[in-house]
Amino acid sequence: MIAVELAKLYRRPRTWLSLALLVALPAMVAFFLATTDIAPRPGTGPAFLSAVLSNGALFPAAALAIVLPLFLPLAVAVVAGESIAGEAQDGTLRYLLTRPVGRTRLLLAKLVAVMAFTLTAVVLVAASAHVLGTQLFDASAPLPSTSGTSLTTTQSTWRTALAVLYVGWSMLGVAAVALFLSTVTDSPLAAALGAVALLVASTVLVGLEAAQSVRPYLPTRYWLAFVDLFRDPVLWRDLVRGTLLQGVYVAVFLTAAWANFTTKDVAS
Amino acid sequence: MTGVVRTTGLLKRYGPLTAVGGIDLDVRAGDRYGFLGANGSGKTTTIRMLLGLVHPTAGQIELLGTHRLPDALRQVGAVVEQPASYGHLSGRTNLRLLDASGPGGDRRTRSARIDDALELVGLGWIDRRPVRAYSLGMRQRLGLAAALLRRPRLLVLDEPTNGLDPQGIREIRELLVRLNEAGTTIFLSSHLLSEVAALCTRVGVMDRGRLVLQDQLEALGGPTGRIEVRTPDVAQAAALLGRAVAAADGTRLLVTGHDPAGLNAVLVGAGVRVEHLAAERHELEDVVLAAAGAAGERAGAA
Repeated sequence: MIAVELAKLYRRPRTWLSLALLVALPAMVAFFLATTDIAPRPGTGPAFLSAVLSNGALFPAAALAIVLPLFLPLAVAVVAGESIAGEAQDGTLRYLLTRPVGRTRLLLAKLVAVMAFTLTAVVLVAASAHVLGTQLFDASAPLPSTSGTSLTTTQSTWRTALAVLYVGWSMLGVAAVALFLSTVTDSPLAAALGAVALLVASTVLVGLEAAQSVRPYLPTRYWLAFVDLFRDPVLWRDLVRGTLLQGVYVAVFLTAAWANFTTKDVAS
Repeated sequence: MTGVVRTTGLLKRYGPLTAVGGIDLDVRAGDRYGFLGANGSGKTTTIRMLLGLVHPTAGQIELLGTHRLPDALRQVGAVVEQPASYGHLSGRTNLRLLDASGPGGDRRTRSARIDDALELVGLGWIDRRPVRAYSLGMRQRLGLAAALLRRPRLLVLDEPTNGLDPQGIREIRELLVRLNEAGTTIFLSSHLLSEVAALCTRVGVMDRGRLVLQDQLEALGGPTGRIEVRTPDVAQAAALLGRAVAAADGTRLLVTGHDPAGLNAVLVGAGVRVEHLAAERHELEDVVLAAAGAAGERAGAA
């Protein structure tokens, strides 16, 4: 069943289109930076970007920071929102369930497919950014940490890999919300937009001083904590909190998705 | 054990609305069962409950001798309402994915089974074009092929000839009869009496969530106990038969009795010219409407 879901995912042209768009945005940024040599002033723009001109090896981290606020969660929400609701809308859900495919099994297979997509997306962004970064910019200098000291190549490779995993894990929270909504509605669009709406709301509240009391529990609060991986030494506090918080979101919404889907009347 | 589908008190409520009001279906092995009813009579909800898509509020379902629905469904092929597939993939790929999704789809025999099923429904010629480009009739056939992939013991079909041309309807009907003769029980829902009459051996009629009638088709279409006579000599015949004449109009008489041959001898013996003489049979349509009407009156009185 998992193989079938992966085949469905990767045979859909839309999947590749959204991956291409995800890769295109950082590529565009890299292109403009390389041709104009105008770096954002330090402290403005996406994280790391100001340092990229002097060291292209930082570009994978910068690329993740570029797609993280909107593009990446949007792509994940669309794929996860599509999972059950898309089958319901196409009418194929009833044929899968009468095949018979157990509802829990189907949900698990969908989850694995969404995770595969998320990982593909994050890895593709990081890998393409690595290629661009080393081709367009000077990458011979040792990687500077955001704390000013230098990182060895091994260190920076490990930290970039960890950043990829951390961003992927953050996206799994989005996926869980969209998957839950996907079991509630028969409209893939509504499920995806619902998840995105939650993220936008969370982003607004994170930036709001008055909402300080709820800030630590907002899903997007620790997303950018992967930046801390490039400090020397690594600042683990927010990373750990972010990982745990996302874990709670994933657990709660996946349980809700399961409870709803296994008891639901399929009328589509 | 000859019960293929048996339900006891199968009930589905949506809030205050009762969609299916406690029905006892009885489909036997080898039946071609026609499940009749107007739109909104609870047919589709019943079928969805049989297939595990909708959870019953109350009641029991026994399918192919077991109460464990997932086990039974392995041997059931179904087309529920419109057929559906992934539009950007070819028909064969759709069948392959569906077969690989669940239990009992042996990978080694998959290609052969897909070819056989497509051949059976008359789609053996399809190429790699995506299902999106199929006509409704082709999709209908593809849906049927999907239902036939694993040689099911029971076929559940919702309006299977929808979207087919007369030639296609005939082909599918012949296919269903062939499958049935080879041992597949067929449970077919329709709102078209003529379709059920042409195909089925047994009927169940739903009306407003109740199963108002369930019987062998033959029994329903049985003699009414009257004989229809057509003759130019109506007055003479009426005089001869006296009180046995139940109705007369123009050149037609309805005569109470169970012996057409004997009646013919009496009439001809008396010099009445007979054009046509046959036992009157119940029209399925009348039986169904009467059953639904009676149920409606009961519901109205209650």
